[in-house]
Amino acid sequence: MASIRILLDKCVGCSLCVKACPFGAIHMSEGKAVIDMGKCTLCGSCVAACRFSAIELEKSAGPKKDLSAYKDVWVFCEQKKGVVQSISYELLGEGRKLADKLGVKLCAVLLGEGLDAVAESLGERGADKVYYVGHPALKAYQDDPYSEVLSRLVEEYKPEVLLCGATTIGRSLISRVAIKADAGLTADCTALDIDPKERLLLQTRPAFGGNIMATITAPNHRPQMATVRHKVMKEAPVEKGRKAEVVKKDYPAEAYASRTKLLEMVEELGATVNLSEADIIVAGGRGMGGKEGFALLEDLAKVLGGAVGASRSAVDADWISYAHQVGQTGKTVVPKIYFACGISGQIQHLIGMQSSKIIVAVNKDPEAPIFKVATYGIVGDVNEVVPAITREFKRVLNK
Amino acid sequence: MDYFLNEQQIMVRDLARRIAREKIAPVAAQYDESEEFAWPIMKVLAESDLFGIYIPEQYGGLGGGILDMCVVTEELSRACGAIALGYASSALGALPIMISGSEEQKKKYLPEIASGRKLAAFCLTEAGAGSDATAIQTTARKEGDSSSPGGGKYILNGTKQWITNAGEAEIYTVIAMTDKKKGVRGASAFIVEKGTKGMEFGKKEKKMGIRASATREVIFTDCEVPAANLISREGMGFIAALKTLDTSRPGVAAQAVGMAQGAFDHALNYARTRVQFGQPVTGFQAVQHMIADMGTQIEAARALTYAVARMVDSGAKSISRESAMAKLFASDMAMKVTTDAVQLMGGYGYMRDYPVEKFMRDAKITQIYEGTNQIQRNVIAANLIKESLQKD
Amino acid sequence: MNIIVCIKQVPNTTDVKIDPATNTLVRDGVESVINPFDAYAIEEAVRLKEKLGGKVTAVTMGPPQAEKALRDAIALGCDEGVLVSDRKFAGSDTWATSYTLSAAIEKIGDYGVIVCGKQASDGDTAQVGPGISAHLDIPQVTYVRKIRGINEKTAVVERMTEEGFDVVETPLPCLFTVVKEINTPRMPSIKGMMRAKSAKISKWTAADIDAEPAALGLDGSPTRVVKIFTPEPRKGGEIISGSAGDVAKELAELLKGEVV
Repeated sequence: MASIRILLDKCVGCSLCVKACPFGAIHMSEGKAVIDMGKCTLCGSCVAACRFSAIELEKSAGPKKDLSAYKDVWVFCEQKKGVVQSISYELLGEGRKLADKLGVKLCAVLLGEGLDAVAESLGERGADKVYYVGHPALKAYQDDPYSEVLSRLVEEYKPEVLLCGATTIGRSLISRVAIKADAGLTADCTALDIDPKERLLLQTRPAFGGNIMATITAPNHRPQMATVRHKVMKEAPVEKGRKAEVVKKDYPAEAYASRTKLLEMVEELGATVNLSEADIIVAGGRGMGGKEGFALLEDLAKVLGGAVGASRSAVDADWISYAHQVGQTGKTVVPKIYFACGISGQIQHLIGMQSSKIIVAVNKDPEAPIFKVATYGIVGDVNEVVPAITREFKRVLNK
Repeated sequence: MDYFLNEQQIMVRDLARRIAREKIAPVAAQYDESEEFAWPIMKVLAESDLFGIYIPEQYGGLGGGILDMCVVTEELSRACGAIALGYASSALGALPIMISGSEEQKKKYLPEIASGRKLAAFCLTEAGAGSDATAIQTTARKEGDSSSPGGGKYILNGTKQWITNAGEAEIYTVIAMTDKKKGVRGASAFIVEKGTKGMEFGKKEKKMGIRASATREVIFTDCEVPAANLISREGMGFIAALKTLDTSRPGVAAQAVGMAQGAFDHALNYARTRVQFGQPVTGFQAVQHMIADMGTQIEAARALTYAVARMVDSGAKSISRESAMAKLFASDMAMKVTTDAVQLMGGYGYMRDYPVEKFMRDAKITQIYEGTNQIQRNVIAANLIKESLQKD
Repeated sequence: MNIIVCIKQVPNTTDVKIDPATNTLVRDGVESVINPFDAYAIEEAVRLKEKLGGKVTAVTMGPPQAEKALRDAIALGCDEGVLVSDRKFAGSDTWATSYTLSAAIEKIGDYGVIVCGKQASDGDTAQVGPGISAHLDIPQVTYVRKIRGINEKTAVVERMTEEGFDVVETPLPCLFTVVKEINTPRMPSIKGMMRAKSAKISKWTAADIDAEPAALGLDGSPTRVVKIFTPEPRKGGEIISGSAGDVAKELAELLKGEVV
């Protein structure tokens, strides 16, 4: 069983570990750190924080499995209505780097119906091999047939790495496959790398709403699975004419059985708010004052070709619908430009947008926390500044 | 300050505080603008069992007392006195039934009020009868007697003015004259349900403050009310009214304390961050003294209010003087503190973009309704003089 | 119908700050709360009970203080609480956590629906819900934003997608993970809070749930955390001053390259 202990001879009582522990499991007693085993979750934050190597986290070694049979980097290519989603190209782009570091093939996995041509095209995005399973039951995503087919592919061909998009489909699918394959799965990775000596996939992701970063591995289980969010990695470039080896697989009928039935697929106008996709977001908070304030933001968004976002305060006050909410209890967005208008910049909101490339803050309060993270800060009245920016961009963009 | 609330009171206070912070504060300004009745908030309060905290358990309540009601009213008022009034006024409407009603009337009406499914309202004031409540002109003429079907009925005629929750509430306790010749002993109390033929509501009044509270006339035109809806006996109307008001006055005081606290918190927060002459204005003694006075006055009013509420809950026979004192002190305090809160915030305090001017507009009514502070002073003086006589 | 709702107690991340001097988390007085997404799961589970009759059992895997989260869930309308707690669970990743919870659910026995929140605000993986349905081998529908109809045998629900939603029919028993669009969680009621105070919480250890020791805790977790570090804090940039017009001009100049 795993355990953790304080090496008392090394502990100097600096209490950095106390502050680092997200679960409040450490306190100081007579100048030394004491871990409350009832609260400790063995997360290891304290080990990282200790400057004196005074905390030892011991994991029982366990029998080392023979994992040599597992080879190749796989990317699950999500398709909707026969169109490959751009997240898949981003994963292929990243997958190429990983495959090269490991010296193995990059393989795309495609499930659907009548997608032979699509399967071929994946070669142009860097895939060396494409595993394609075509069947009517796979036309649109359903949990049972997709997880069954993917699990069978994994079991038969034994990839060492399997990447999947952190989309609604991706997350539902890959979590089930990870259980069936008895594999480790890390969600929402922001960085992936290889430790060539151990052939380990180093999976880095944020935790505690982005306040810490953790690097995770699955040393003793294969495949090593990870999901990555949209727009975090770069798309694989198109190499026209590049060919991949397409392996068409077919499975017995029971593999395609589905307990659930897909009755209808509905597209909603409101969903085109798709904040997660937007390159430019114009967001408003309590400082916008009301629905009229948001009309100003919509004008700016229109001119810039962006989407409108909102802080929780604005949504709670009913000035705009929840679909536009950005933040800890809303959406996480990574646009090129994020305008934060009348938003104070509380951590719950920052969590949802701090990875934006450029943040422009407009707020009448010079002490607002948003200015600490904004690339460009403007202290002023949103009702004057926002229309002025709209007019100026209209002029500059000749609209 | 620790008021040694019991476990249920602490639970109730924390829940009310959470509702105030999460549900009421974000929408207070909006309701003030639109003057709409905050039904969604009433629904949240109902689902949390808060409407019944002072109603006995056998009628679906939580069996707490007036102190519990004051604690809730104060917490809600810290976010918005107008929305809190929808809640507190329902208690005012329910009290005549709780204090003087028959077992059947309590069984019939209190559970509905305790669950928050129906709101209540109290109808006493008329155009010609404000401070002089005994000058009411609304009549209730008896028709039939105990041998008639249903024991007979009363026909109500008259107009009640400035009734809080009128039009929104479903249960109304109405004071009307059954025998003009008997003067003070000629009034009776009735329960009238919304939708009774002959009962109508006037337009919603436009007020200086507590705009989200619904204030309307209640107009009775040959309105027939079953005899079973007479509370207690004929002639007990003003006694029922006085007992009701004595019991509910700590609630008005609590509303005033809550509003003063809410305004004070905003102003203090602002003063800490407002920098002038190179320092936060809380560094100046002039401001510090204002803060000290405001804080002390709020605490004193709260302490008096809670002490009186405890007295009411203990079943004390005579509570008029103390109840009047709590209301008088708290409401005068609230007017002063909310005015000072605006002052502390300077220009920003005057702007409608900031919440404090609303607290000042809202606080004024507490000096006027449920007996003006001039009447309260009369009552207090009369009681003090009487007590002094008795001591000799 | 017996309904099970899985909840998690998490640190209130809204209170978590970074100490600029040491670049580590500051957790003074950070309280533990029910994972915000689970509030929607609890509300939906309670609504299902109100509609179909039956009872709601809240389950959580956590340290002893997670009992408070179960009592909070009871105050919100759940009927019973089960705390699965054991030192042996420490260090669980989502594989081990979903295994442990599924073992506890099997011990609870009969159920029609298991409801989970979409993800937990500390780990943010959204993996445990689907993991549970995989261990139990029951159908799942994730990202449920509305339950259109449900009876003892079948449910028809709306599953949220990036473009809108899918309408999915599923047999029972099944597992749902729900999103915020599905409902507005109620406030606790006083009667609920009083019931929660005196409610009996079942406390189960690893032995009670017949779990395989090798599948628990850190040993049962395929993934390992090898490093924890604080990200480069985002630094503030420049303040642009001037009149609204001047500010707009300067900003447009700075950004026009990014705006196609």
